[in-house]
Amino acid sequence: MSQSSVFHMYRALVGVGMMCGLLIALVYEGTLPIIERNRAEALEKAVFAVIPGAARRETIELDGGEVHAGFDAEGKLAGIAIEASSMGYADVVTLLYGYSPADETIIGIQVLASKETPGLGDKIEKDAAFLENFVALDASLNDDGSALRNRIVTVKSGTKTEPWQIDGITGATITSNAVGEALANSAERWLPAVKEWADEY
Amino acid sequence: MSTDEFIKGLWRENPVFVQVLGMCPVLAVTNSAINGLAMGLATTFVMLMSNTLVSTLRNFIPKQVRIATYILIIATFVTIVDYVIAAISLDLHKALGAFIALIVVNCLILGRAEAFASKHTVANAILDALGMGVGFTIALLCLGGVREILGSGSFFNVALFPEGFEPWIVMILPGGGFFTLAGWLLLINFFKAKREAALEQAEATR
Repeated sequence: MSQSSVFHMYRALVGVGMMCGLLIALVYEGTLPIIERNRAEALEKAVFAVIPGAARRETIELDGGEVHAGFDAEGKLAGIAIEASSMGYADVVTLLYGYSPADETIIGIQVLASKETPGLGDKIEKDAAFLENFVALDASLNDDGSALRNRIVTVKSGTKTEPWQIDGITGATITSNAVGEALANSAERWLPAVKEWADEY
Repeated sequence: MSTDEFIKGLWRENPVFVQVLGMCPVLAVTNSAINGLAMGLATTFVMLMSNTLVSTLRNFIPKQVRIATYILIIATFVTIVDYVIAAISLDLHKALGAFIALIVVNCLILGRAEAFASKHTVANAILDALGMGVGFTIALLCLGGVREILGSGSFFNVALFPEGFEPWIVMILPGGGFFTLAGWLLLINFFKAKREAALEQAEATR
């Protein structure tokens, strides 16, 4: 191979590479603020959806992560939005749920990411009877405030008897169980710290 | 430069229905009309930009490193599309998911760069990319439209049927993609065969 053809190959690859790098950097810089605004808006919408009555959001740093506090129009704490996730049928289901420290209940959920089967598993987002479970789901802590008094659990459709049970969806057992599992694990992990923070607040 | 470079992609050499290229995004993202349209437009944009650039640089790129250079160019524009879609709508970005990044390996785009743009003038390469892109978009819209109407009972998120309609869930699942594509190919080949038979008959009677 002649010297000049090697040079031509380098010239083409390096030249095109530099041009492409420059283009990507320009577009990245240009779209970054818009994308960040979109993300913040999406989060805001989800937080307001799980905390009824919230008008303002604030991010709180707790040990090892962040949660979002929602305040009502008068500036009073309306609830805390916390993320939860668990393995569903197709992939990990990620949720955001609202927790009311005053009533020690879960007051709303919103699915952030799920690849569950359309028409079956994705009913967790739309099924009115299922969402009814999360108007006031008991998530009270035990007396020393270290864990849930009653672990949140999903039961078969129509057999809910206790306030900490979730009525599952027929035909979407695995996905409804994943929601219960996600909430139980996340509540065990976060609520003691959140409750403490809310009491001080 | 001729308009034929544009028109051939729409029907005679339609990338999906005739060349059967780029099946991965064709089957995967067409569970609704809007997803099909967005994927088609994104692919068209990437093809247009990469064809233009490849054709402009065709005398500058030695043939030993041409594939690597084309991939570099295509990957750049795919990254740009990825950012732009996320800036336009996060929901759309979520719906198209991994398939935006996979535009890079859509054989249709590399195929047009290698088979057409690297051998033709910039003007013709642009027309070719537009024709192929529009043909691809139409095909994706045909699939996405049928699947959304049958599988969700709506078209571009507008409900079409009265309350009692029970949507065919299977149509928005992966299987529905294969059924719908098969249906379209059957229909198109049926008409093509009929036309060819008619042409032959005309030839014979002459």
